[in-house]
Amino acid sequence: MDSAREPGYRSDVPALHALANPARFLKIARPLTPILFWLGAALTLFGAWAGLTQTPADYLQKETVRILYIHVPAAWLGMGGWSGLALASLGYLIWRHPLANLAARAMAPVGAVFAATCLATGSIWGRPTWGTWWEWDGRLTSMLLLFFIYVAYIALARADAERGGDGRVPALFGVAGSVLLPIIRYSVIWWNTLHQGQSIGLTSSTIDGSMLWPLFFTMSGFTLLFAGIVLMRMRASLAAQKVEARLKRMAA
Amino acid sequence: MRAKHQRLVLGLLALAAIAGAALLALSALKDEAAFFYAPGDVAAAAPPLDRAVRLGGMVEAGSLRRQADGVSVKFAVTDGKARVPVTFRGVTPDLFREGSGVVAEGRFNRDGSFAADNLLAKHDERYMPPQVAGKMHKSESIEQ
Repeated sequence: MDSAREPGYRSDVPALHALANPARFLKIARPLTPILFWLGAALTLFGAWAGLTQTPADYLQKETVRILYIHVPAAWLGMGGWSGLALASLGYLIWRHPLANLAARAMAPVGAVFAATCLATGSIWGRPTWGTWWEWDGRLTSMLLLFFIYVAYIALARADAERGGDGRVPALFGVAGSVLLPIIRYSVIWWNTLHQGQSIGLTSSTIDGSMLWPLFFTMSGFTLLFAGIVLMRMRASLAAQKVEARLKRMAA
Repeated sequence: MRAKHQRLVLGLLALAAIAGAALLALSALKDEAAFFYAPGDVAAAAPPLDRAVRLGGMVEAGSLRRQADGVSVKFAVTDGKARVPVTFRGVTPDLFREGSGVVAEGRFNRDGSFAADNLLAKHDERYMPPQVAGKMHKSESIEQ
């Protein structure tokens, strides 16, 4: 790209540019991966233990409410994963950097697993509290759609790579798919739904403090786990690319 | 304008368009995507009588009557604007009680009452231990 040679390029986005170099990225990602992963695992385990044993039961739902320590962080990362995927796709479309493309592809299966976890735990939670495993209400349906577009993205990205595409089509799909995120977020406000309204806002929460605190541990734990696994997947695909390039050179 | 900047502007425009699309979808589907009729909706426009629908709202305090046969209940669903009397025969969910949310599946009768063949409990977004709940409002718990 011609613009890369212009003097103004580096000062445009210095932090982003520094990370965009694969060698430098690996230098940071290599030690960071185990830290993120194990810290995330420890925080999750502690949060789950605290949520199961250290908090009072809900006045209405009794012990059933404890599933929220898994359900809420899973929902948060199912949606956060797609936000990351969409931002990386947008970054790839604008700056055309291959690492952004790699990051988006690395995030898709991880986010899909979290979205599936959210759906599964929600279903298990819904049976005793609402009296149903599944209903086609606005929140549940839009979350299921998010899971489906994760799967569609994975299939699309794979097909694109197999046909030797440059990744622009999956990136466009990643950006367009983010239309679901505000719909999921506001579905419980705008529509009549079986799912209750949101409990956690930016500044306040309708979950009592004595029940809320383990949620921060599982939420930050899940987030670190997500980051760790994405870095692992990115390093693995960089290594695979290197192997492929070397094999091609040897064959030539 | 450099190609990169052109793409940046295009990308930002795309994001704005996506936000607009989400807003449009949310407002356009407002009625179609509603999971249930609220009593206020029913009062404003008559719901269809010929097919199964859902009615949602709060179980009006003091309206719940268990019938002599032990399995039938009568109660009223309210949303503060209107109320609809409901009859149901069967096992009610654990969280079903007066002052709490409910979604009833069934049909409207010609007289405006509702015959439910399934009840779903709806709870709100507040979670708290029983001691705190006891201080905030005296809940008539069915336990113990």
